[in-house]
Formats: sequence, C-alpha cells, structure tokens
Amino acid sequence: MATLTSSQATTLGNDEILRYSRHLIMPEVGMAGQQKLKAARVLCVGAGGLGSPLALYLAAAGVGTLGLVDFDVVDYTNLQRQIIHTTNDVGRPKLDSAAEKLGAINPFINVRKFETKLTSANALDILREFDIVADGTDNFPTRYLVNDACVLAGKPNVYASIFRFEGQASIFATEHGPCYRCLYPEPPPPGLVPSCAEGGVLGILPGLLGVIQATEVIKLVLGSGEPLIGRLLLVDALSMRFRELRLRKNPECPVCGANPTVHELIDYNQFCGIRGEEAAVTETVPEIRPEELKTKLDAGDDIFILDVREPHEYQICNIGGHLIPLGDLPARMNELDSSREIVAHCRSGVRSAKAVTLLRQAGFGKVKSLAGGILAWSDKVDPAVPKY
Amino acid sequence: MKVLIPTPLRQYTGKQSTVDLGPGSVDDVLRELTSRYPDLRKQLFGDDGRLRKFVNVYVNDEDIRYLENENTLVKPDDTMSIIPSVAGG
Repeated sequence: MATLTSSQATTLGNDEILRYSRHLIMPEVGMAGQQKLKAARVLCVGAGGLGSPLALYLAAAGVGTLGLVDFDVVDYTNLQRQIIHTTNDVGRPKLDSAAEKLGAINPFINVRKFETKLTSANALDILREFDIVADGTDNFPTRYLVNDACVLAGKPNVYASIFRFEGQASIFATEHGPCYRCLYPEPPPPGLVPSCAEGGVLGILPGLLGVIQATEVIKLVLGSGEPLIGRLLLVDALSMRFRELRLRKNPECPVCGANPTVHELIDYNQFCGIRGEEAAVTETVPEIRPEELKTKLDAGDDIFILDVREPHEYQICNIGGHLIPLGDLPARMNELDSSREIVAHCRSGVRSAKAVTLLRQAGFGKVKSLAGGILAWSDKVDPAVPKY
Repeated sequence: MKVLIPTPLRQYTGKQSTVDLGPGSVDDVLRELTSRYPDLRKQLFGDDGRLRKFVNVYVNDEDIRYLENENTLVKPDDTMSIIPSVAGG
C-alpha cells in the first residue's frame, strides 16, 4: 500500500476539506485517513453491476486514483442494475460513460481508463500501478486471472460475486489470508453454473454487494476495522440474511501455498475448460431459420411449434407455441405427435437444441430447432415480439 | 439437521431452500439428499462418485476439508451448507 507522507500530492485543498467534511470530523477517518484515501490507488475490474456502485462510492469518498478496466459497450439490459450508466449512454463504451460520471461526482480524483479485456498478458502491468484490486467481473476465467495476478503481485483482491438473489464477498490474496483458489480450487465445468445473462439477477443485488466491496476497500486503505479477510460473507437478499463462513489459507494452494506451482499467469480459458468465446455447449442439431419457418407457416404447412422455455418467459412473449419447459420434456413427450413436423424454440437456441437432441433420441425424426430462438424471430420476422 | 440449499441448486430441490435430514456423516447426508432429489446428484458428484471440487460443504461455519471431509459427523443441531462458486458481477 502507498506509504503516506504529508507531501503536496495528498494535501487537501479548501474545496476538498469542505467536500470531505463528514469524513474529517470523524476520528476514524480524520485528516490522516482522508489523505490516505487521496493517496490510494484502487483498480476496479469491470464497470458493470458490481463496478457501478463500487466505483461511484470510491470516487465520492475521495479515493485519489481510480482505475477502471472494461471493454464492453452499454446496452439496454445493463440499465436495470448498472447504475453508473444511463439510458443516453446505451451504445457508448462503458469506460467513457463511467469515467464521465465519476468525474462529475468528484473532479478531484484521477480516473485511469483501461479499455481492454484483462488478460494474462496485460494483467500484471495494469495491476502494477495500483495498491488494491476490486474484482467486479462476471466470469470464471477472469475471476481466476484476477486472483492469481493479485497473489503474484502481492495486492489484496476485494471480491464479490452474485447470482439471482445471492451474493458472496471476501478479501483474498492478502499476505497471510487465503486466496480465491483456497476457497474454490477448481472452476465448475462450463455450462453447469448459469451466468447472470442466463440465470438473471435481482437488480439491487450488485448494489448491495458492490457497496460491501467499496466498504472493504476503504477499510483497507484506512487500516481500520475488521477486514473481511479469512471470512466469506454470504448475502441472501430474498430472506435478507447475512451469514459468514470461515476461510482458511490452504497450505497446498498452487498459487499462495507454501510450495506454489503457479509462478506466472496461465491460460484461464483453458483452465476453466472454455476453448473459444462460445462458452455454451451446443450440439449440432437440425435447425430451421426464422425466415424459413415463417414462409412454411404462411404456406399453410402443418408445423407444430414447441416452446421449451419456462412459463414466466412465455408470459414475456411467445409465438403461440405449445409450452413444455425443457426440464419437463422427458416426462411430457406423450403430448407430442412424432408423425408431425416439429419446430422447437427457446430464447436463443441453446435449450431448443438440447430438446431436439432429446426428442431425436426418443425417436422423433421430424424435429428441428429454431436457429437463434425467439430473439432471432423478433429480429428477422416479427419485431413486435419483444426481446429480453 | 438442516441442509441449506443455495439459489443455483434450488431448481433441483423443488425450489426448497432448506432440507431437513437425519444426522450422520456428511457423506450419509449428501447420499440421502441426492436420493431424495436425484437431479442434484450430477451437480454435487462427479462421474467418479466423488464430491466435485468446486462444491464446498460447510458444517456450521467450518469447511469440511478442515474437519474430517465427507466423514465429518453432522449432529442434529448442526447446519450444513452447500456453497457453490458463482461468478456473476
């Protein structure tokens, strides 16, 4: 962590003294603490759900140098939780949108933008300029990358992750504390744990967890309180219960243990079993394009449309298909007529491909999957069908 | 004793967030749990029949890896938690 001197750089001007007044009058922060905040250099990896509240509060609190890493563009589905971005920002790089808000909240801080994906090639260089890292990314390969980079660089990793109504938070990679790999030595195989894009997330949840991350960052900078080291905080927003589990440093940990075997950053996509960008495991099954299906239906062809989504998705939009959720399909195949031509569809085409495989194995010969799902139907055939 | 089921796994337990089971070893409890909810088996156990490495099991607030692993005894008043890794952000 940056050592504090009463150098010019961390001296507060009168405008800053007024701005941070509620910190300064508190002995736990005071002038010395506020100067530590000003001297602190914190890297937020990801400017999304967790990164939004995290960066906003760190900026407001006066963290002097705030680094942001993101390569994404703001889209409409982000706005339900990524509160640093506004409707007008849709289509803009998240970094530009976020940096603008942070500068507006606090012009006294220095925002460093890294418009790139964090990779094994650039992570250590980027981390070098910072004292603390806050991991607000959204996928396993980057989680392991951030962890390993923090351990190798000796920088604490203030961690949070979320799923639907639940969140987890901790601080990893401190000198004596456990790291992410001590908790989760191996990632789950791709496809087994749904992402927020697949499983959904309550918009407020990254708010709760991101603010917990910001709190822990500020405590680390101030050197006060009991940091969340060696503890995993579990937040269940649905029952509004907070629980805590004990984490231990694994002496056998390949990264932070007594005899580490990982001495440099590795290929994390390979480590997590992801070969390319396409994480989803899609089987090759017979498909039909939306335009083709439309032509056939218009010509009066006898086609049975099977919707394999969930009932709550059917309520959002549907194209009049017969609803049998994928999970129920094995038990409900008797509702289908194998002599008819069947087109199965879901939201994007992944579940319907699985349905087609199941049905073909069960002897249904004339079944196809709607390529691109109802999203593609909306794009190519009927824009009145909403996308979600 | 009580087993707490995390959100990602509730789809396999008929949306139950807690399941009450008899005391025994962690292994006994997990076998009973997966015989009641067979779809959960693939999530918790690998093809070799062993607990998957990314699934952490806690008895009260302690990781079973630092107790007696699957042989850890779970008493009637204990709470067992299954903690999967999630990565959303």
